[in-house]
Amino acid sequence: MTVLTGYVGFARALRQAGVGCGPDRVQAYAAAVGHLDPGSRDDLYWAGRLTLCGEPDDLPRYDAAFDAWFGGEAPRGPRHRKLRPTRLAALNGGGGEQASSGRLATAASDAEVLRDKDIAGLTPAEKAHLRELIAALKPVPPRRRALRARKASRGRLDPGRTLRAMLASGGEPVEPRYRRKGTRPRKVVLLIDVSGSMAPYADALLRFAHVVARAMPTEVCTLGTRLTRVSRQLGHRDAEFALMSATRAVPDYEGGTRLGGTIKVFLDRWGQRGVARRAVVVLFSDGWERGDPALLGDQMARLRRLAHAVIWVNPHAGKDGYAPTQSGIVAALPHVDRLLAGHSLDTLRHLLKEINRA
Amino acid sequence: MTPEELAVELDRVGYLPDAGVTTAAFLALEMRRPLFCEGEPGTGKTSLALALAQALSLPLIRLQCHEGIDASQALYDWDFPRQLLHLRALEASSSGALDPDAAEASLYTRRFLLARPLLRALEEAPCVLLVDEVDRADDEFEAFLLEVLDSNTVSIPELGEIRASVPPVVVLTSNRTREVHDALKRRCLYHWVEHPDLAREVAIIRRRLPGVSERLASQVAEAVGRLRELDLLKPPGVAESLDWARALQALGKSELDAETAAVTLGAVLKYREDATRALASGVLG
Repeated sequence: MTVLTGYVGFARALRQAGVGCGPDRVQAYAAAVGHLDPGSRDDLYWAGRLTLCGEPDDLPRYDAAFDAWFGGEAPRGPRHRKLRPTRLAALNGGGGEQASSGRLATAASDAEVLRDKDIAGLTPAEKAHLRELIAALKPVPPRRRALRARKASRGRLDPGRTLRAMLASGGEPVEPRYRRKGTRPRKVVLLIDVSGSMAPYADALLRFAHVVARAMPTEVCTLGTRLTRVSRQLGHRDAEFALMSATRAVPDYEGGTRLGGTIKVFLDRWGQRGVARRAVVVLFSDGWERGDPALLGDQMARLRRLAHAVIWVNPHAGKDGYAPTQSGIVAALPHVDRLLAGHSLDTLRHLLKEINRA
Repeated sequence: MTPEELAVELDRVGYLPDAGVTTAAFLALEMRRPLFCEGEPGTGKTSLALALAQALSLPLIRLQCHEGIDASQALYDWDFPRQLLHLRALEASSSGALDPDAAEASLYTRRFLLARPLLRALEEAPCVLLVDEVDRADDEFEAFLLEVLDSNTVSIPELGEIRASVPPVVVLTSNRTREVHDALKRRCLYHWVEHPDLAREVAIIRRRLPGVSERLASQVAEAVGRLRELDLLKPPGVAESLDWARALQALGKSELDAETAAVTLGAVLKYREDATRALASGVLG
C-alpha cells in the first residue's frame, strides 16, 4: 500500500513538472516495477521513463523529478501556472459583460465597417464582434494528389467493384467499373509571431489559426524568443478553451523576436522531418528581427526548399506607404512566394483564398 | 528470462543494447505491451525489432507505414483476379445452373483472402510485428491500428473473427515527422533511442563489420561523434557510421585521415551544407 502510494506520489510530482501521465500510465508504471527489481535505482528509473513519459520533451522533466523524488528531496516542479484573467481580458480587449453588451451595439451593418479596419485599432466591442466574424470564416483546404484511387466514371479498371457488380447480377459480365486517383487536403503550417510588436494582432491571428486548424490538417507554432507548438491546444473544438490553453502554453508572449533562430528550431525539430514538407507555410510577422538577418535568410531558403509554398503575412504590408525595409523582411523576401497584408478581416479572407490556391 | 539474459541474447545476434533498450524490450515482453521507439533516424530503432525477432527465434513481420495506408494494405484484401477466374470456372462447369448465393459464399473463403502484415501477425503469432515509421500514416490509420493491437483480433465480415492465440511482440517506430496520437502512445512503452556512446559505437561497428580494425572503428566513431557536435541539418546516426566504415573498408583503407575523410564524406553527410560546414570546421583532422 505504502509502496503504491509512493508511485502515485511520484507520478503526481511528475504531473506537476509538466509530464502528462494519466492514471493508466501510472498503472502501467506500477506493473512495470513489478516485473523488475524495485531495489535497483536503474530499474526504477527505466520502469518510470518507459511508462510515464510520452515524448522527448518529457525526458528532462522526468530526470529532474526522478532525482528529486528518489533522491529523498521534495520535488520542486514549477508552481502550477494559473492563467491570469487580466491577460486574457487584455487580449480580448475587455471583460465578458462588455462583450455581450457590445454585441448589441454592433449591428449587422457594422460588419461592413469592420471589414477593412485595422485589427490593432478596434474598440473592445468591435473586437468582440470580430471574434465572431473570424469564427464564421469557412476555410477551404488546398488539395494535393492522393496516393489512393477512388471510384470514378473513368480512369483505371477497378477489378474489385467490377467483380461485386458481376456477382450481384449472377456472374453476368457488366459494365466495367473504374477508379482514379483523387485528391487529399494539403498540410498547412501557420507560424505566428507573438512578440511585443505583433501583440495587437496575436489574439485575432490565433483565433484565425483555430478556425483553419478545424478545417484542414494544420500545424501551428508561435514564434518569439522561442518556438512553441500549439497545434494540440488549438485542436480543441471550443474556441475559447483552445485559445486559453494556447495562450497558457506560450511562455514568451509579447517578448522579443529572434525570427531566424526560432525558424531554425522549427525546421530542425519539425519542419525538416515532414511537417513543412510539401506544405503551405504561412508566416505571420512584421519582420522586426533582433537577431542576425543572414541567419533568417538562410533559414527561409531552407524552408522554401521544403515547403510547397511560403506566404509571409505582414500586418503592415497593407498600409499606405509601406515598404519592406526592416532588416528581417529584406533578408527573407527572396525566399517568399507571396507577401500579403494581414491587418483586417478582409485581408484574412484574402489570405484564406491564397492558401487555398497555393 | 531476466533483462540480463535478454541483453545476452540480443548481443548474440549482433545488437548491443544499453540499459534503456534492454529494460524496454524486457518489459515489452513481460507486460505484453507494444514498444514505441522514437528517436533520430539511424539510431537503430528498426534494427531493434529485427534483433528481437532473431534473439527470440520468432518470425518477423513488417508493416511499413506511409501516407494514405489503409486497412486493405495493412490487414487483408480479397484476391479479385483469382475470384474472377474461380467464378468463370464455376459458371463453365455449372452450364447455366449457377446458384448465386453458393457462388458468392465460395468466393469469400480463406482461400481467396490475402493476409497483409497485421492479419499475418495475428495468425502467425508468436512473432515480432514491426510497425515501421508509424508517424507517416494518417490519424485514421492510428485509430484503426490501436483497435487491432488492443484486442488482438480482426473481424472480417465474410469470415468472422480471427484472434491471435498469443499476442505478437509489437515494436512501433517513429521519426517524429508528426506527433503520434497520445491514445496510441499510452498503450505502449515509450522509449526515446539516443545515439550510443563512443565505446558502444566502436563495439557496434566491430560487431557488425568484423573486418574493420579496432583502430579504424574508433576513428570512425570519434569522427562521427565530433560531427554530431556540429550544428548540422542531419547529424549522422549509427547507420551512417556503419556506412562510412563499410565504405572505407571497400576502399581498402586502414586509417582515417583528413584526405580519406574528405573523399568519403558522402557516406556520412547527406547535405551539401553539412559537408561544407564539416570540412570548414576542421573536426575531420
